[in-house]
Amino acid sequence: MPSLTLLGQSLLSGLFIGGLYGLFGLGLSLSWGLLRLINLAHFALIFLGAYLTYHLTTTAGLDPFLALLVIAPTFFVLGVALQAAFARLGVGEFASLLVTFGLTVVIESVIQGIWTADFRRLESPYGTAALRAGPLFLPVTEVLILVAAAVLSVATWAWLRYTYVGKALRAGAEDPAIAAAFGVDHRRLALLLSGLGAAYAGVAGTFVALLYTLAPSQIYAWIGVVFAVVIIGGLGKPLGPLVAGIAIGISEAITMALTAPSWAPLVSFTLLILVLVLRPDRV
Amino acid sequence: MLLVAAGLALAAVPALEPPAFFESLLYLVFHWIALATSWAILSGFSGYFSFGHGAFFGAGMYTTATLAATYGVPFLWTLPAAGAVAALLGVGIGAVVFRVRRLRGELFALLTMAVTFVLATVVLNTWIDGGPGVFLSAVEVPRIVASPASTIYLLGLTVALAAVVAAWAVQRARFGRGLFAIADDEDVAEVLGVPTYRFKLVAFGVSCFLAGVTGGIHALFVIYVTVAETFSITVPLYVVLMSVLGGARHWLGPAIGATFVTLLTFAFVGGEWAVVGRAAIGLTLIAVILFLPEGIMGLTRRRERGRARGFPAIPAGATSPGAPALGIMPGSPRTMLVCRDVRKAFRGVQALAGVDLEVREGEILGLVGPNGSGKSTLINVVSGYYRPEAGRILLDGRDLARESGHRIARLGVARTYQIPRPFSRLTVLDNVALAAMFGPAVLDRAGAEREARRWLEFVGLAERAQALPSELNLHQRKFLELARALAAAPRLVLLDEVLSGLTPAEMADAVALVRRIRDRGATIVFIEHVMRAVLDLTDRAVVLNYGQVIAEGRPRDVMRQPDVVVAYLGKIHA
Repeated sequence: MPSLTLLGQSLLSGLFIGGLYGLFGLGLSLSWGLLRLINLAHFALIFLGAYLTYHLTTTAGLDPFLALLVIAPTFFVLGVALQAAFARLGVGEFASLLVTFGLTVVIESVIQGIWTADFRRLESPYGTAALRAGPLFLPVTEVLILVAAAVLSVATWAWLRYTYVGKALRAGAEDPAIAAAFGVDHRRLALLLSGLGAAYAGVAGTFVALLYTLAPSQIYAWIGVVFAVVIIGGLGKPLGPLVAGIAIGISEAITMALTAPSWAPLVSFTLLILVLVLRPDRV
Repeated sequence: MLLVAAGLALAAVPALEPPAFFESLLYLVFHWIALATSWAILSGFSGYFSFGHGAFFGAGMYTTATLAATYGVPFLWTLPAAGAVAALLGVGIGAVVFRVRRLRGELFALLTMAVTFVLATVVLNTWIDGGPGVFLSAVEVPRIVASPASTIYLLGLTVALAAVVAAWAVQRARFGRGLFAIADDEDVAEVLGVPTYRFKLVAFGVSCFLAGVTGGIHALFVIYVTVAETFSITVPLYVVLMSVLGGARHWLGPAIGATFVTLLTFAFVGGEWAVVGRAAIGLTLIAVILFLPEGIMGLTRRRERGRARGFPAIPAGATSPGAPALGIMPGSPRTMLVCRDVRKAFRGVQALAGVDLEVREGEILGLVGPNGSGKSTLINVVSGYYRPEAGRILLDGRDLARESGHRIARLGVARTYQIPRPFSRLTVLDNVALAAMFGPAVLDRAGAEREARRWLEFVGLAERAQALPSELNLHQRKFLELARALAAAPRLVLLDEVLSGLTPAEMADAVALVRRIRDRGATIVFIEHVMRAVLDLTDRAVVLNYGQVIAEGRPRDVMRQPDVVVAYLGKIHA
């Protein structure tokens, strides 16, 4: 039986990675729930953001968070362009899965072409700084991730719920034709939402670069967990991925503490399979 | 047969002693042909796109690796085991997943992807692999021909041929037609008599078996089996691309796609080019999905149909009155269908609140009521799309309430839909022939096509036999629905608002057709809002309101009853 400190640290660990899962899942959940597009390329964008952060920090000497300020708007534009292309080409829900699958492979190849398949590790100025709470360590970077995820999730939730634009988006997602009759231009709003999702991907990418060693094949390692988070959290609900992410993160951490680390993926995938089979109406 | 000749020619290649890399390259082509074709047998034909083909391939690979390296089982014996393990895994998953109606399309894709990751984790963490991978260098390659490489080549050729022949056989059989129907509209296929659950399971089983055997052979080819390589994204990605590129709904499509992509990747094999090659694969997938969704074989089929359309369909036998008789000619008014206290609720909406009615043999029963009264729900329940919570539905004494849709269809119940739901990728003729193939008479393809042509004559669509449903107007599509419902030679026909959306002239046509259908011996339940048609056509009428029968009798009498008037028009408040 592992010690209380170990369990406590695991719980914290799980909490923080849950925040990252929530951040990953936010953009995906929004585009799947509100735009009816399954954007597998979201993962490739996250890693593109990670590599760009790495690049800007190591070659241009930028602070990673400044790099974020550059990356987020750029990715916003990318997201808008992607949605414009989808709308133009009339891509439906299932086709979007396949097309973004192809897009993921293309982006992965581009990443590999520019930065090679060698592992890349960002030497972060925030490196190992950590806060302390008794015997437990709270790494600064990870706390920041959780804070960022929470802030963005709550902000998005509030935006969708209380502002006119947010309500218009939700209406357009439910019934574009009727919403249009009430003056809602779903096409423009879809561009906005897609841009936002891509910007979130960029933000997530910066944090990935700060925390992890990068390799192009890593893109696929996240797909399963994040889909589990998105589906369990409920499509189109901004707070969903965060809550589900934290739940899954903690479950994984406990599993890792009690058994071996390599069993961790089993938790999220098994949960995903169970949810899909037992509660398919969540999707 | 062209295929046999090609197979023999390719089998002779090792005898010519070509350079080793050539045999390897050809082996890889066969490997991908086998994988892509096996994938298409389920996913291409039935539309259940699986992103988890890698799981079954990997299961086969690890079965062979474990049996041969760890337990010393002779290699050739491990191959059927590899196939069996993969097939069991697939059928096990399918048995659970195919029962859940919501798990289609993208959800099935995600689920199968998740299965791959789960399997990879389990294999990595247990004694099967444990981390370091499995070495097959000590495994003896059976000596069928001179060199081990040639043996592997021949095994690869065998499984590729097996896969292609299997796909060809499936496509030609009734089974294949059923799968195509499932791909277009599974619910309609089920009520036409296609045993959808069973067909999907069989297709999945065959697909996984072939993938497993391919994996088993590949284990010996690579010699060093690791989790990372086996369960990577490569297999799922490539099989989808190859099948879609070549044409996922054609037995030869995946083979063409596999050959093309393998040779193309081979051209990009070294260093820098490998990355470009991968990017090209991704771009090709995008381009194909957007611009060529039916693949290369789809192009040829489109050209064939363009040619065929120029000629009018050849009438098979007699002209219009030649359509065969249905059921038993009306004698005494025997009760055919009895609904007793049928109840169905949808999360708080009680659609059917205890329906009691009878349908007598040979009559046209009008089923009327305001919108939302439960008429369509009743049809859905009788035909098997929904299961009622309570009550009995007796067709000649046999309770239909717990039966699945395809069994009810086999018992002789057919229905049409208010908004026609033809199979969009099958021709008009194939749509109708499908019903004949899976209806009570269970005809083979030739017989079914003859029946289909007769019914198309009957409804006046004989000339459009080779058209696709999207090329018909609403009136013609409704008649196609009718022909399809009738081709199964049903005893009971449920017509759901057949006249909606038609012009007055077209309505007169439709009413005349319904009369002729009854004259052939069918019993008809006729849901309609057009009162004139109900009054003219029906022998008896039943009025539903809020899920219950509130009136029953002769149409003119029923429509004058005060509570019926109130149900439709509301109360007058003085």
